[in-house]
Order: sequence, then C-alpha cells, then structure tokens
Amino acid sequence: MSSVANRRSTPLIILSSAFVILWLIIAAFPFLWTLWGSFKVQGDFFSRADWMNALWGTRTVVETGAAFTGNGYYGAFVEEGFGHAAMNTLIVVFFTVIISLTLGTLGGYALARSGYRYAFWLLMLALVFRAMPHITLVSGYLLPFFEWNLWGHKTTAVIVLVAINQPFTLWMLHSFFLNIPKDLDESAMVDGCTRFQAFRHVIIPVMWPGVVTTGLFSFLLAYNDFAVTAMLLNQDNQTMVPQIANFLGSTFEEGNVMFAVAAVVSATAPLFLLIIFFQRQIVSGLTAGAVKG
Amino acid sequence: MPHRTFLWFILPSLMAMFLFIALPIGSVLVQSLHVEHEQVLIESETCGPFGCTPSVSIDQAATRALREARPLGRFNGLRTYTDRNHLATTEVALAWQEAESWPAFASRLMNLPFYKALAFTLSYTFIVTPLVILTGMAVALGVNGLPQLMKGATIFVSLLPMIVTPLVGSLILFWMIDADGILGATLQRLTGDPNLSLKASPVLTWLTLFVYGIWHSAPFAFIVFYAGLQTVPAETMEAAQIDGATRWQRLRYVVIPHMAPLVVFVVLIQLMDNFRVFEAIVGLSAAANASSLSILIYSDLRGDVAQFGSAAATSMLTIIGVAILLTPVLIRTWRDFNRKRV
Repeated sequence: MSSVANRRSTPLIILSSAFVILWLIIAAFPFLWTLWGSFKVQGDFFSRADWMNALWGTRTVVETGAAFTGNGYYGAFVEEGFGHAAMNTLIVVFFTVIISLTLGTLGGYALARSGYRYAFWLLMLALVFRAMPHITLVSGYLLPFFEWNLWGHKTTAVIVLVAINQPFTLWMLHSFFLNIPKDLDESAMVDGCTRFQAFRHVIIPVMWPGVVTTGLFSFLLAYNDFAVTAMLLNQDNQTMVPQIANFLGSTFEEGNVMFAVAAVVSATAPLFLLIIFFQRQIVSGLTAGAVKG
Repeated sequence: MPHRTFLWFILPSLMAMFLFIALPIGSVLVQSLHVEHEQVLIESETCGPFGCTPSVSIDQAATRALREARPLGRFNGLRTYTDRNHLATTEVALAWQEAESWPAFASRLMNLPFYKALAFTLSYTFIVTPLVILTGMAVALGVNGLPQLMKGATIFVSLLPMIVTPLVGSLILFWMIDADGILGATLQRLTGDPNLSLKASPVLTWLTLFVYGIWHSAPFAFIVFYAGLQTVPAETMEAAQIDGATRWQRLRYVVIPHMAPLVVFVVLIQLMDNFRVFEAIVGLSAAANASSLSILIYSDLRGDVAQFGSAAATSMLTIIGVAILLTPVLIRTWRDFNRKRV
C-alpha cells in the first residue's frame, strides 16, 4: 500500500517513530547497561558519586588498573561455582525439553485428529492446568517428596517440569497438527498403515517446524523457572536461576553484588543467542495459538 | 480416531498431568486440612522444701517421633482457613463492626497478610493487563509503519524483555533503581530529593512492580498484535478509504474489530500469568511492601520450619481465585463450542 491516500502525514510519522525509538530504548537499555556494568567494580556500577563513572570505569581503573575487569565473572564461576549450576541447568533443561516434546507430540497429534467431544474437554482441562500458579503445585509436592526421599534430585525436577509444561505443549502442538492436512495420514492408513505407522512414517517427517517452535517454548519455560527449581533441588543440584537468587543472600560483602551481576549476564547470554537464531520460530510460535484459536 | 488409539496416544501426557498437576491439587487440599502436631508436653511436679510446683516441659523425643510417624500433622478441619493468616474471619468481623468508614475498614483489612496479598495480586492483574494491551497495540501500530528493513531488528530488541528470565529481568531493574544505580540516582537528582527510594514506600514499590510487569509482558502483546495487523484484509481497508474514512476511523472501525479475538487471547494469557506474579517480587526484594498470594505460599514453605498446612490453605484459596478468573472464559468457550456443533 503506497498510494497517495495512504501516505501518512509528517507529524504522524515523527510521532510514531519517536514512540518506537522510545520503546526500543526502554526494551534494550537495561540489558546493555548491565552487560557493560558487569565488567566494572561495584563502586562504578553502583556509583555514589556520578553515574558516568560506570561508563568510564573510574573506580575500576583505580582498583584494578584497567577500565574493564573480569573479577565479577571470576568470582561467580571460580569462587562460587556458577559453572556447576550452569551444567545442572543444561541437564535439567535438555531432558525436560526432550521428554516434553515426546509426550506432547503423541498427545497433541491425538487431540488434533480425534474429533470427539472429550478431546475438546481435555484441551479445556489443559487450559485450567496451565493457569495453576506453579508455587501452589510445589506446595502440593513438597511434603510427599520429603517423605518418599524424592526431594532434591534432578530427575524429580525434570519430571515435574515436564508435567507442568504439558498443558502448554499439548495446546501448541495440537494447533500445529491441525495445520497438517488430515488426508496425509488418512491416505497412509487406506494404504494399510496402522494409526501409529501413519504417524511414524508420514507425520513425523513433516512435523519438525512445529516441534522446533514448541521446543523453544518448552526450553524457555524450563530455563526461566524459579518456583520449581528453587524449591525442589538441593544445594548440589541447584540450577542457575535459584543460584542467582542465593547470591543475593550473600551480597553484604563488598564486590559480591558483582558476582550476581556477572551471573545474570551469563544466564541471559544463551537466551540472547536463542533469539538471534530462532527469532522467526519464536514469533510464529507466539502467534500460532492466537491466530488460529 | 477410535477411542482406543486415542487413549494410547494421549496416555503418557495424561498420566504426567494427572500425577503432577491433578494429584498435587488433591494433596494441597488434604494438607490444608491438617496442621503441624503440637509439641508433646510432660507434666511433672518438682517438690522442694516449700511444697510442690507443677511444671511443664517439652518431650523432644516424643514430639519428633510423633512428627515422623504422622508427617501430615493432626487434623484441623477448616481452622487453618479461618485463622489470622488466611481468611481471618474473626478479625474481619471485628473490623466490620468497629470501623466507621470504608477506608478505615480497608486499612484494617490491609493489615491482614492474606488480604494485603490479595489486594496486590488483584491490583497487579487488573492494572498491568490493560496497560500491556495498550502498550503492545501502540508498539505494534508504530512498528507496522516502519520501513521493512528495520522491522526485523525492532522485533529482535522487543523480544528481549519478554524472553529474559523473570527473576533476572527484575534483578536488572532492581540494580538500576538502587539509590546508587543509574535510574535511582537520576530520579533523586530530578526530584531534588536525596532520600527518594523506590524501594522504601509501598506506593512506589507497587508502581515499580507494575512498570516491571508492563515492560516484561508488552512484547508478547506486541508480537501477537503485529502478526494480526499483517492479516487485516486489504479490500476492507480500501473500501473504507473509498467511503471517505479517515485514518482514525479506519483504525477504529476496521483494524480494531479485526483484532478483537487477538485481544481476547492476550487478555486471557495475561490474566493467568499476572495472577501468579511471583519472581518479580523476589527479584525486587519487595515482599515487605507488596506481597502476592504466590509469595505468601513461598515464604510459608521457605521459613525455618516449613508450614505445609498454612501454605496449602493459601494454595487452595489461590486455586479458587484462578477458577473464578477462568469461569467467564470457560463459559464463553462452552457456548462457542455448542454453537459450532449445532
């Protein structure tokens, strides 16, 4: 649309561009600021004298001799063992995503192809389950898990995260499977495949875009989780997000805040990469539920 | 699909949801009816030259044994629900009788932990949700008018606040609004008040949390609305133009009605997510001024001695809240579903 009638007036263009620029600054500035600040000492990042100190690193130069310092990262990874927590996160998130997707594809496929009334009600039930605050569920687990000695293990956290992920995974994959034409698997079944063979040989090869997108969101849910991992994992199995929360308990010492700042930056970096590589999938995933359902 | 095949396909997923979502709700219900055992007391008399005095001491071993034998605690009925930390029925009744005006009654309610948390949770849900919709819509309209080349980068930057771990996002904000942080110091300079702290007063803490909530969720609304804008039918827009509709009228009578289902979708998701506001309060260390229902449960479980009964009762009340929140949606969907079948 580039007709004369559609051309927008100059004030409107300026106004809307200014608004978008303002939004971009609000969205991005906190991240840039924290990334930059993570290479400074505490006296600069929380500068009593002048916030410009954080830009030039005045105190950092005085204390370490250079304008940038890796002390925060050294403290977080070497002294506080943040690397171990990162490893735990990797394990928990990896298995959560794999298991969620396996269960979710089977279930989502069935829901998309059933056509009976109960499939609709199962989806509604999943919606109600999705609305449950995670901490209420955790308060249900805690006592039984203590009693049966299930508390503290990574496996427990993975299983719980998979279950909490299921309602969302089912919804999303269900809407992706609805987009795959029914004729595809039905013609395979006419040719003599069983339902499972049709799924295995016809549907699985074409379902990957939907699975990748759903996998991204399962990843985010598991990676960003605080309620479940903070309450269900013991000290040794602690993942990154609760570990960052723990840093804050020990920030009375000068400089320890910078451990937390460095940890926060390190935990955000993978998410940053995720958007760079999968921006299109994330956008299509966000809209998949909305535009169709 | 035959029922049997359907069952086999859905069974693993259903089992997971049953075991770890449905059963825990049952477990919460049972726990909320119980309360921790009282300590086992031994009464004994110590006799001295001036007669005997009865004394009461705690039998540590017996208490521990009892707690281990029946970890659930003793049955307490609905008393946990009505105690001071939950619905506080006696306190509310008293406040109702004594308070002379509505504000006085409200301020007495706000001293009760459950009502304080409920007030914040509801304010957060019903203030942040509409503002997220408005911000998201405004950004979507703005970005839609940008040249094609800049759209990708804009969307990339916009996704950041939404995708970042909520605890991490709120911590970043927490550091920036620190009195020595960039935003906090700038605000002090702008207002000329060297003691201004966004963390001290309840009102400012609430505002900070609302701002965080909008920052965190607006991108979601933006992306959904932006995708919706791409599907506005060009014919209708042209027809409106030919009929002489102004830009504003086209927005009001063509674009917005087209987006209505998307708005409903975003509102639904936002209501669910905002009602469980939790990580932001932990990250901003704001629990003293702004506690939510989730925070109440968390602090009960996190205390030196985990109070399962109390946490469970708050959880049940929260679940009832979620149910009330979702009822209109479920009724609406049920009607749509029936209409489609007819």
